[in-house]
Amino acid sequence: MSIHELMFYVFSGMILLFSVLTVTSRRILRAAVYLLFVLVSTAGIYFMLNYQFLAAVQLTLYAGGIVVLIIFSILLTSHISQKFEPIGIKKMVFSALAVAAGAVLTIMTVVGYGFDSTVITSENPDMETIGLSLLSYGKNGYVLPFEVISILLLAAMVASIVIAKKEKSQ
Amino acid sequence: MLSEIPLSYFLVVSTLMFFIGIYGFLTRKNLITILMAVELILNSVNINFVAFNRYLFPNQLEGHFFSLFIIAVAAAEAAVAIAIIISVYRRYSNIDVERVDTMKY
Repeated sequence: MSIHELMFYVFSGMILLFSVLTVTSRRILRAAVYLLFVLVSTAGIYFMLNYQFLAAVQLTLYAGGIVVLIIFSILLTSHISQKFEPIGIKKMVFSALAVAAGAVLTIMTVVGYGFDSTVITSENPDMETIGLSLLSYGKNGYVLPFEVISILLLAAMVASIVIAKKEKSQ
Repeated sequence: MLSEIPLSYFLVVSTLMFFIGIYGFLTRKNLITILMAVELILNSVNINFVAFNRYLFPNQLEGHFFSLFIIAVAAAEAAVAIAIIISVYRRYSNIDVERVDTMKY
């Protein structure tokens, strides 16, 4: 077994284990920490596929930003020691059946399709290529989605400040 | 080398992660845990994009950029969702989806 295969199995095992723990843990802060582990293992998969810039973005934005935001809101809205009530057995069984049916169907389709999985190059795209394509408007240029994303981020920032602001007492 | 791992292995992992997220979305009652399940779903889609980019179109960067934009959209979505959750908490003092139903007539 080569080092790549070993890394793949370790990362995917961690992803699956901690995803299950994220959706089943009865303490909400622990669920957030398990989500952090899932996101870090995903960054490991990106490193393995040799997309280093994307892995760095995943670590800083997802694992560093979003998880911290989620933990802050947990601390603002719930008690740390509080445990969720166990979910009803009927709801659990029916959700698990629906999810298992969907997963089996999708996996059968994916495995049966037979993708041509030969990697021609596995080189890391350097920062110059990434930066130039983000700002070019020719072929393989992404300046329009880049600008749209910047407007979306501004709108989201203004909207979240307005929504979370305290209302004036009447 | 990377070519020892078939593309479908990545797709199976991301499929399982996607459906675990769906399970959390269906069974959870707290708004923040539902948001975490949505983050799992978005993350599994990102793995798909990156694996397709690496294996099927290794000379282009379309999947790579799509994942970058998805991460930015997920950050915006999490910020707005948490603002809404805090606003709901201020009004009802809890964020259980089954108890926040005043908009229903």
